[in-house]
Amino acid sequence: MGRIGVIFKRELVGYFATPIAAVFIIIFLMLAGAFTFYLGDFFARGQSDLIPFFDFHPWLYLVLIPALAMRLWAEERRGGTIELLFTLPVTLWEAVIGKFLAAWCFTGIALGLTFPLWVTVNILGEPDNGVILASYLGSFLMAGGFMAIGSCTSALTKNQVIAFVISVIVGLGFVLSGFSMVLDLFSGWAPQFVVELISSFSFLTHFNALSRGVVDLRDLVYFLSLIGFWLFATALMLEWKKAE
Amino acid sequence: MDAMVKLGQLRKTFGPIVAVEDVSFTVGRGEVLGFLGPNGAGKSTTMKMITGFLTPTGGTVKVNGFDMREQPLEAKRSLGYLPEGAPAYGEMTPLSFLTFIGEMRGFRRAELYRRVSETMGTVNLEGVAHQPIDTLSKGFKRRVGLAQAILHDPYVLILDEPTDGLDPNQKHEVRGLIKTMAREKAIILSTHVLEEVHAVCTRAMIIAKGKVITDGTPAELEARSRYHNAVILRLRGPRTDGVQVTLEGLPGVERAEALDGTALEYRILPKDGQPIIGAVSQCVHRQDWDVVELSVEHGHLDEVFRSLTVPAQALT
Repeated sequence: MGRIGVIFKRELVGYFATPIAAVFIIIFLMLAGAFTFYLGDFFARGQSDLIPFFDFHPWLYLVLIPALAMRLWAEERRGGTIELLFTLPVTLWEAVIGKFLAAWCFTGIALGLTFPLWVTVNILGEPDNGVILASYLGSFLMAGGFMAIGSCTSALTKNQVIAFVISVIVGLGFVLSGFSMVLDLFSGWAPQFVVELISSFSFLTHFNALSRGVVDLRDLVYFLSLIGFWLFATALMLEWKKAE
Repeated sequence: MDAMVKLGQLRKTFGPIVAVEDVSFTVGRGEVLGFLGPNGAGKSTTMKMITGFLTPTGGTVKVNGFDMREQPLEAKRSLGYLPEGAPAYGEMTPLSFLTFIGEMRGFRRAELYRRVSETMGTVNLEGVAHQPIDTLSKGFKRRVGLAQAILHDPYVLILDEPTDGLDPNQKHEVRGLIKTMAREKAIILSTHVLEEVHAVCTRAMIIAKGKVITDGTPAELEARSRYHNAVILRLRGPRTDGVQVTLEGLPGVERAEALDGTALEYRILPKDGQPIIGAVSQCVHRQDWDVVELSVEHGHLDEVFRSLTVPAQALT
């Protein structure tokens, strides 16, 4: 186990040593369920798929993941442990990646705990499990995108409230840029490639592609490079603001 | 003497503020260097650069021969650091925290277990090994901080205010620990407590406004005090007439200050810090004064500290 693994393990265990894990998982499951059954009309639709479930994930993540991510670095800075961490023989990258992976994995655990829904549709009907698997993959990748944004804004400030608000705003930008409401503002006058460019930056565009069951390499590359970009920005922020 | 820590022209600026200005010194094995200085003098900033947390604006840091900029991991492996306030992950227990630090330092299985349990023994943490660090007292938290710094038996120890906020017994313990480790290590510690310099340091350095003002043994520092080699003389009454004049007439005596209203207690200041106890004691004998106390002062570190770090016109 390398140093990334050691940090990963400490962080992940840390979530479960505090009430954060229980609170986050319970709220996530409750909201996911409420959205699916009430807003998504899971039963009334009479279709054996999980579309009403996955459709609300961008909005769920938009609020919940920044709440989880805001403490990533802000907490280290507030408690002074950032000084401890970076005077250990560890590189900036190892620390950024280790902490991010732990947080991402934690959301993966929360997402995985929604499996009773998957069991339910399989009992009630015959869903396309390939589509569901692709949707889970897309949802997990999108969670990583939100988490990477949160990691960066958390590195920016030791104030967790500020970190939260900025992550929500940036995340909202990434969600909305795929919304027809926003795209319509541009499509009337801007050239087609501009509209496509804006739309191509959206979580929704790529997530919807995946949740239709189409696992396109471009969508995977999009999410992974987005995560890479925001982690790189995290490292820059840390290097720049470490002393404060 | 092996140079374990070597600073060359170290400099750090935060925007227009110069926090550390061209600091150069070397600390060898067996030395315990005490950093003294008012708050905001640049002690902590210097330590943060030595430990590789802050990147210097200019100059070099070498730890155990490794340049902090070029070989940061090797340099960091050679040092242990107790940051100010002894931060730790509060939700962890001392046992899990030290295990984490040990794993980060590359220890595994039996070696890891041995180091963690030995270190907990050294700093007396066994009793609280399974309690969350957040729930521990200040003294225990400080010991956890010390434990993580010495877990890998480093060549160099950097301790930022290691005894701050501890009670006298705990201070004594920590100082004892530092002294026992001092022989094989190079230790740099910062402190506000001047008595600590006497207790543990082999060398003292005063830093003010980012610059090194003095660097020497604690005794050398004290010798800069105007009270160095001064003699305190306390007499029993009632005979008090002419004592001050007699004392000031002695060879080597600069001045005799009456310390209380009854003219029975004097501080006799020497010229140029030369010993005058002989002359004073002969005089006492000749005059047949009834002496209650006769003692030599070594100098007051706090007075030296003040005179060096407070601008002259501000001294009262």
